[in-house]
Amino acid sequence: MHPAFSVIFLTTLIGAGQGMFLALYTGQIYSVFNLVPGQDSHTFYGYGSLLALIFLAMGLLASFFHLGHPERAWRSAAKWRTSWLSREVIVLPSFMGMTFIYGLAHFTGYNPVLFSISDVYVVDLTLLLGFLATGLAFLLFLCTAMIYACIKFLQEWATPLTVVNYTLLGLASGFTLATVFASYAGIQLVSFYAGWAITLTVIAAITRTASLLRNSRIKPKSTMTSAIGIRHTKIQQKSRGFMAGSFNTREYFHNVSAALFKSIKWIFPILVFILPVIILSSGMATNSFAIYAFAFAVQYVGLIAERWFFFAQANHPQNLYYQTI
Amino acid sequence: MKQLALVIDLNVCVGCHACVTSCKEWNTSGTAGSLSDFNPYEEDPTGTFFNRVQTFEIGEYPNTETVHFPKSCLHCEEPPCVPVCPTGASYKREEDGIVLVDYDKCIGCKYCSWACPYGARELDENQKVMKKCTLCVDRIYDETLPEAERKPACVLACPTSARLFGDVKDADSVVSETIRENGGYQLMPEWGTKPANHYLPRRKTRLTIHEDELTRVDNPLNKERQLPMPDEDEQTLDDVMSW
Ligand code: SF4
Ligand code: SF4
Repeated sequence: MHPAFSVIFLTTLIGAGQGMFLALYTGQIYSVFNLVPGQDSHTFYGYGSLLALIFLAMGLLASFFHLGHPERAWRSAAKWRTSWLSREVIVLPSFMGMTFIYGLAHFTGYNPVLFSISDVYVVDLTLLLGFLATGLAFLLFLCTAMIYACIKFLQEWATPLTVVNYTLLGLASGFTLATVFASYAGIQLVSFYAGWAITLTVIAAITRTASLLRNSRIKPKSTMTSAIGIRHTKIQQKSRGFMAGSFNTREYFHNVSAALFKSIKWIFPILVFILPVIILSSGMATNSFAIYAFAFAVQYVGLIAERWFFFAQANHPQNLYYQTI
Repeated sequence: MKQLALVIDLNVCVGCHACVTSCKEWNTSGTAGSLSDFNPYEEDPTGTFFNRVQTFEIGEYPNTETVHFPKSCLHCEEPPCVPVCPTGASYKREEDGIVLVDYDKCIGCKYCSWACPYGARELDENQKVMKKCTLCVDRIYDETLPEAERKPACVLACPTSARLFGDVKDADSVVSETIRENGGYQLMPEWGTKPANHYLPRRKTRLTIHEDELTRVDNPLNKERQLPMPDEDEQTLDDVMSW
């Protein structure tokens, strides 16, 4: 497939936004159980939610560049019964809304206690709001990934690993972002988040490698024989029927050299997994904002390469019909 | 239930592209807007088409066979392009099984084109909506046209009648009969899309002529003849009559 930058930015930005929110909420839950020091509602959770929202909004904005008719985008909520894209279109704004409410409750300090468990663990409003937003965040990972995983003849995508990887990569980048944020606004949580970011990055490295291994072994189900229905082992296209360009020759081929394609396959794991883990670990010694920010920047650039590769690697069966001019 | 479709005979198609040009001509002149072209006379031209004829070589030189292969939307009975559409712009008609795009609802997200394994859909770069073969829905029901012309433009244009049009769900229709009797098949059956369009395979027509058939020993007129038999180059009654 031809990687579209609008979709690359959409999926990586909202992934980081979702991960950022989940990091905030993880911190809040830990503080309820007194495992980490509680943070200031206003400056930490309030501004943290704002940061998550900025990433989500940038992702949403990027998605509009993918559409031929962005002014009709509202129509895309119609077919949620059958279309994962439609479901994503509903869940993304719902999650953003819930994150906004969660952030607002923290920001304004409106946080009545709902109940407490054995007088020790206090459950307040933001904990409930955050719980709902968490559900939506995971639902959004599912919707985004299923858009790709549900097309069964794009065999590189049609695997549960797609959902696993979208979720883990979003979480890893979000927790790295939370580390950067904490080094600025909540210094006590820096190593907590950095530890999580490293753990998630390592797990994501394992699952993404698993999908790379799986994809390198794929045997395409569609062949020249099934494409034109002629039973012969030697079929060669002599003409695709036109010499000009067309949608079919643009949309489904990545059109970069084999060497560049191969090199990105090796570059993205270094940028997404290896370097961030090294930089985050070295950052933990100094807790410097700049080092963490660098780790996030490297990982994010790596994710752009990762997503590019995800699209470019998918081999659409229609390409069988467009092999030669 | 009705399912309109094309049956394309690969044994007959000569690869002349008449269906391609007539399709483009008809569909670019319709009320739904043109099928846009860009840089038609310059470097790097591009344009929107519903139908293409491709050419394949089967076998190894010198024992090869050339197959011309017209390809357009197959109007699948289980079209994977329809449920993925977030707006409902892509739909399959209940009444005749034609798969269509509502250009007023389409947001141009291209998701349906990813979900078609055959590459039958093209985004019109001018109108920014998804387009594909409509089976000439705007002419097959047009009662101002003479009955014989209420067929897709490609079918009418084909000089060798390689394209048949009809209801593949009606067992008595010409298309159903042809599919049945000439080994009609569907493309990429492995994805369960159940294309409505069918293709007929290349067929070898061989005629075996035996010696006695050439000398016409069974000619009934011979009975009344006087013996001996005439010479080879002497005229027979047939030779006299058939001019
Ligand atoms: S050929 Fe492609 S566009 Fe046409 S109905 Fe089948 S899946 Fe849809
Ligand atoms: S491009 Fe148009 S028809 Fe295709 S899925 Fe998107 S909205 Fe539906």
